[in-house]
Amino acid sequence: MQIAASIGRSTLNRFQILGRSTIFLFVAFFQAFLPPLRFSRFVKEVEFIGSKSFLIVFITALFTGMVLGIQGYYSLRQFGAEAVLGVMVALSIIRELGPVLCALMVTGRAGSAITAQIGIMKITDQLPALEMMAIDPIKYVISPKIIAGIISLPLLTAFFDLVGIAGGYLVGVKLLGVNEGAYIGKMVTAITFEDIYGGILKSFCFGILITWISAFIGFTAEPTTEGVSSATTNTVVVTSLSILVLDYILTSLLL
Amino acid sequence: MYGKKTEISVGIFMILGIACLVYLSVNLGGIDLFGSDSFVIDARFGSIEGLEVAASVEIAGVPVGKVKRITLEENEALVQMEIKKGTQITDDTIASIRTKGVIGDKFVKLSPGGSDDLLEDQGFLMNTESAISLEELVSKYIFKK
Repeated sequence: MQIAASIGRSTLNRFQILGRSTIFLFVAFFQAFLPPLRFSRFVKEVEFIGSKSFLIVFITALFTGMVLGIQGYYSLRQFGAEAVLGVMVALSIIRELGPVLCALMVTGRAGSAITAQIGIMKITDQLPALEMMAIDPIKYVISPKIIAGIISLPLLTAFFDLVGIAGGYLVGVKLLGVNEGAYIGKMVTAITFEDIYGGILKSFCFGILITWISAFIGFTAEPTTEGVSSATTNTVVVTSLSILVLDYILTSLLL
Repeated sequence: MYGKKTEISVGIFMILGIACLVYLSVNLGGIDLFGSDSFVIDARFGSIEGLEVAASVEIAGVPVGKVKRITLEENEALVQMEIKKGTQITDDTIASIRTKGVIGDKFVKLSPGGSDDLLEDQGFLMNTESAISLEELVSKYIFKK
């Protein structure tokens, strides 16, 4: 009996968290479109999630593309098919690595910061203070972050894709001497709009996922120093794993 | 609320991001932003074996369009091709399916004839050559000798 009860309790708890977080997401999302629209809050969040992630995404993309160039060249050369190096690099970046790596980098940089920020706002009673001024903390603090995530991630991913392909070009064509016409020409013919659309769609979903999970964990963090520190760790772990799982689900749905 | 610096960095981020997105879809995805500048012609083949949608259509080795749709009609393959505007295709052009490269990508080769009548949009190519299947050739050689 005792065992059944404890299993039941933990199951119910989990479902409660799931339900609460879903309601949280919907409220935050729809609040964003209700007046008063706080455009300046939104711009600030785009700066934090988007602009400030630019450099880190650039470096990640460049080196991912370059290492794909080397690895691809090495394995393709064994079949004498170096000519399709461009196709390989571009397809794997556009379909898979771009959205996923970009989302993981943004999680590490912005997701943890979002959780910490909201958690500390909670400790220092800033959220109740907002409420006392008749400002909905979800609308004021959370909604701009979620909308900014939805907008920033696809743009960062598009940037990642281009820089990654350029990195592969740098190593493949300039360093290892793959035919330039083959690299670019075959790539352009092989990539269809569906590939790009699929990658961008993924990054949309990741944008929602990152801001949603990190904001929710921060919002429900225990208002203590340890509470915030463990919430920040949780955010990075939970978000990264969710990204990888969701990536598999989306890929199998899109194919 | 925020300074000039924030505005500038967000502005640059948005412009660069959208530019990347547009560049990707137009140059690599092959999206026509400014309406279609192409016309469609049909051709019927006995067999297209291995030809796929989006395979290229070439005249004298120069890509002039791509395969838009492949359907089955009266047990023959009806291939719809999108050809760039300005390409002159005479009504006695021969369309044949050929193989390219080591991996064996199939493409449609158009060989224009000497006729003076050009095909319009929705035109139909009468003369086609089916795909050459290596297996069929080998089996013919073995069994019909």
